[in-house]
Amino acid sequence: MCTTCGCGQGETKIEGGQHHAHDHSHEHEHPHTHAFGHGVMAAHAPGVSQSRILRIEQDILSKNNAYAADNRQQFAARGMLVLNLVSSPGSGKTTLLTRTLTDMQAEVPMAVIEGDQQTVLDAERIRATGVKAIQINTGKGCHLDAHMVGHALENLQAEDNSMLFIENVGNLVCPASFDLGEAHKVVILSVTEGEDKPLKYPDMFHAADLMLLNKTDLLPHLNFDVEQCIAHAQRVNPGIRVMQVSASSGEGMRNWYDWLRATHRMILDSAPEAMEA
Amino acid sequence: MHEMSLCEGVVQLIEDQTRKQGFTKVSTVWLEIGALAGVEIEAMRFSFDAVAKDTVADGARLEIIEIAGRARCPACKQTVQVTARYDACPECGHYPLEILAGEEMRISELEVQ
Ligand SMILES: Nc1nc2c(ncn2[C@@H]2O[C@H](COP(=O)(O)OP(=O)(O)OP(=O)(O)O)[C@@H](O)[C@H]2O)c(=O)[nH]1
Ligand SMILES: [Mg+2]
Ligand SMILES: [Zn+2]
Ligand SMILES: [Zn+2]
Repeated sequence: MCTTCGCGQGETKIEGGQHHAHDHSHEHEHPHTHAFGHGVMAAHAPGVSQSRILRIEQDILSKNNAYAADNRQQFAARGMLVLNLVSSPGSGKTTLLTRTLTDMQAEVPMAVIEGDQQTVLDAERIRATGVKAIQINTGKGCHLDAHMVGHALENLQAEDNSMLFIENVGNLVCPASFDLGEAHKVVILSVTEGEDKPLKYPDMFHAADLMLLNKTDLLPHLNFDVEQCIAHAQRVNPGIRVMQVSASSGEGMRNWYDWLRATHRMILDSAPEAMEA
Repeated sequence: MHEMSLCEGVVQLIEDQTRKQGFTKVSTVWLEIGALAGVEIEAMRFSFDAVAKDTVADGARLEIIEIAGRARCPACKQTVQVTARYDACPECGHYPLEILAGEEMRISELEVQ
């Protein structure tokens, strides 16, 4: 495996190019040689080895965080609003995105990175709207990481001053720990999942800045307590914003669009002068 | 199951150290994992052996130091133990609390040859 950047550590596949292109901004600080092969170890005479203790004190996620910082710097310099959409499988992320893209692509350039373990189905649903999309297949991996996103960015050719949506692998646990360089995590919870999910998966709701409560068109058929659900989300994250939407009917989507515009505006206002559209 | 990815992160950091520090084998790895970090310790052990295979850390012993969750209550100003992010203050019932410790995921030391 490529221990320098972690490429090839699994069966990650990224549409539209060589995964191992390595011409992205994060330079690997040393060549891809595995200096200590099995030959060295095999030749090591027993009994002469000297043990020593090395203090390391490094965050386990420090590599991912370094890639995320690279991504974040690129996004800021290019005036891009980048959102990391997280949820359990089937909460309606892709449906929400296709409606959002359809309604907003005339006013702002948009692009999507899709993460799933298998298939390019979701990227195809996005491309059917006319918006650029790249599918990442994580194989057995249960989340996207910042390095995969860096590679996908090379192939995506997202425009400056655009909105980029990253649909993470459907999973309420693992994606919480992996920063991709996004401006905000947006957690989507559908009303069919139950109002207790924020308490059962607190890390994800803690990490998100916005919760979209989706499939509100189904509320008349369920015993879902909206107020209770929002109270649970605020229990793990007092600052979380909540919007109720139906990606199918379109109800409530205007609040989400207004939030997107306002959030993008703040990024554009703080982006370098040259990038202003 | 992000423990597998976390172990990949650990092994990558060890491989970096191999080049910088010039050792050929790792016999023990000490990790510090906080109680609020969302890491399943048993899954971590299981994944580590698989991920470390055929690397400089192949066969290394994994020592996990668990760090308890500690928080400060903004209402009664006490420092209290917590086991979950949304725990209320055991002294006065207030929440949210300010987390002081328990979110760590660190590789602290290596025993190398
Ligand atoms: N009634 C109702 N159904 C919805 C809504 N949004 C999505 N759905 C349905 O929910 C199912 C899953 O939607 P997707 O958009 O594929 O969900 P997803 O989160 O992208 O799923 P994964 O990518 O597989 O995790 C589909 O059958 C959608 O038609 C909604 O607002 N109301
Ligand atoms: Mg989807
Ligand atoms: Zn790479
Ligand atoms: Zn208190």
